[in-house]
Amino acid sequence: MELYLLVDFGSTYTKLTAVDLEKADIVATASSFTTVATDIHEGYHRALQQLYQKIGSEVSFSKIVACSSAAGGLKMAAIGLVEELTVEAAKRVCLGAGGKVDLVFSHYLNSKEAARINQENIDIVLLAGGTDGGNKDCVLHNAEVLGKAGIQVPVIYAGNKSCQDEIIEIFEKYHLEYYICDNVMPKLNVLNIESAREVIRTVFMNNIIEAKGIKKIENEIDQIILPTPHAVLKAVELLSKGYLGEKGLGEIVIIDIGGATTDVYSICSGSPKRADVILKGLEEPFAKRTVEGDLGMRYSAMGVVNTLSEEEVKRYLEQGLDIVSEAKKRATNVDMIPQNEEDEKNDIIFAQICSNLGMSRHVGKMDTYYTPMGTYYFQYGKDLTDVNYIIGTGGVIIYNHHPQEILKKMLANEKSIMELRPKNAKFLLDKEYIFSAMGLLSLHEPLIALKIMKKYIINI
Amino acid sequence: MEGKVRMKTIVIGVIGADVHAVGNKIIEYVLKNEGYNVVNIGVLSPQEDFINAAVETNAQAILVSSLYGHGEIDCRGMRDKCIEAGIGDILLYVGGNIVVGKQDFDDVKRRFEEMGFNRIYPPGTPIEAILPTLKADLGE
Repeated sequence: MELYLLVDFGSTYTKLTAVDLEKADIVATASSFTTVATDIHEGYHRALQQLYQKIGSEVSFSKIVACSSAAGGLKMAAIGLVEELTVEAAKRVCLGAGGKVDLVFSHYLNSKEAARINQENIDIVLLAGGTDGGNKDCVLHNAEVLGKAGIQVPVIYAGNKSCQDEIIEIFEKYHLEYYICDNVMPKLNVLNIESAREVIRTVFMNNIIEAKGIKKIENEIDQIILPTPHAVLKAVELLSKGYLGEKGLGEIVIIDIGGATTDVYSICSGSPKRADVILKGLEEPFAKRTVEGDLGMRYSAMGVVNTLSEEEVKRYLEQGLDIVSEAKKRATNVDMIPQNEEDEKNDIIFAQICSNLGMSRHVGKMDTYYTPMGTYYFQYGKDLTDVNYIIGTGGVIIYNHHPQEILKKMLANEKSIMELRPKNAKFLLDKEYIFSAMGLLSLHEPLIALKIMKKYIINI
Repeated sequence: MEGKVRMKTIVIGVIGADVHAVGNKIIEYVLKNEGYNVVNIGVLSPQEDFINAAVETNAQAILVSSLYGHGEIDCRGMRDKCIEAGIGDILLYVGGNIVVGKQDFDDVKRRFEEMGFNRIYPPGTPIEAILPTLKADLGE
């Protein structure tokens, strides 16, 4: 029996998944609180003991790999030139690499903005700007400002390749820790994620987890390879595309509603489905991830209420729900687990707002243009109308008795006719919370990871 | 390498709610053959798309096409927006059926010059005809 152990050091829980490679199946899972504040080994050992108990003996693993979003995840600052272009491209690269975009700057940086990078404990700065052969002045200025501010964290340059040499000179002059990669937008509206994502991953593996006190676990496991959201992206992309003879699910959308954020993933090209639609704006990634920092079930419960108008809050009150105090209750008591039917019902309402808005901000939109030649339509973003499945994950969806009530809010509806939401998608559930583990497994054994996902992701 | 660095960048497109694509493709073809780096933002393009493209690509000129008669409304304020975006000195060309009906072209030209356009071309001007002026304006 050859066993792999896949570990996810999450912000709250350290989750372990043991996989039997020959049977292509999960043997056992276990979890315990993450203990990065004291010593990351403690939580890992507790979870491991639990896992041994479930298996019935102390087994040995031929490989132990991990992903991590502990100690605040991967906090990134994205810098570009024009908001709709290189700034947007830089943001998408950060999200696609599994980061959180905590700061976004456009055009010429000032010293105050650069100082915020130091103050807000950013882990990595991604500096973009200009197409290849395009604008140089802005990135050169911004590199200089970063240098003068004495940025302590790694800076990744992913801008105009024509001034790479000058950029390196500036970084050297100020002794910054820097990395160079391909331009995130080499041509107008062309998005180039891969090179920058790989550099972010390497910096994460070598520096960030060290700084956060997570790397010392590597004396007991093989390696921490990915930020957790990057692992999830790998898993869902595999689940969508399939591998060799094993078919995938085709176009899919995944929603993960957590305590602090709502993550939405879509795996499809999202190109226009009709001939009279003109695609506008920056190219979209095939595997796209968006993160809503203001939408979450506990830490961000107040953010959920803040998206409501006074009118809507009043309407909830008329229905007997004081949504503001319910939000406060959740935000101050982040470990809250629904105790009765009413708690669960209210959790559904919060989750519905998260799923509805998470989708609204992720999905592409149509715009009508009336011309002397007839009506034309613009499409900004991805067309998700033909998506086959919406897969739910995250505590509230997994443990709630009515997950479909939450997921159905993502579908096309009469209130959002200009949004290209899925029309007839079926609902699936990641009941065992296995995406991050399967993303890790897919790096070595994609076929087994795919088979396990197809087995454990269930219909609802 | 040296040739690539020196290659001048020109942003072209059709402004406003105008979907005339043929002339736009011809302009792209001719300018590319002349050795320019052509950034074509296509039909149905608002002013902001021209300007954003010019900022990121460090373009030396923007060539605006308009065939459907509403060019005068669509082009208003474009120079001011360029100034706001930090590319106030960029060359702005406009051509096509840029106003409604048959009007005295000298008058049309004056109105577009007041809007800040450097070169204004009447209906039916082939792109080849403006190449010598374009080259001169670009300092070639």
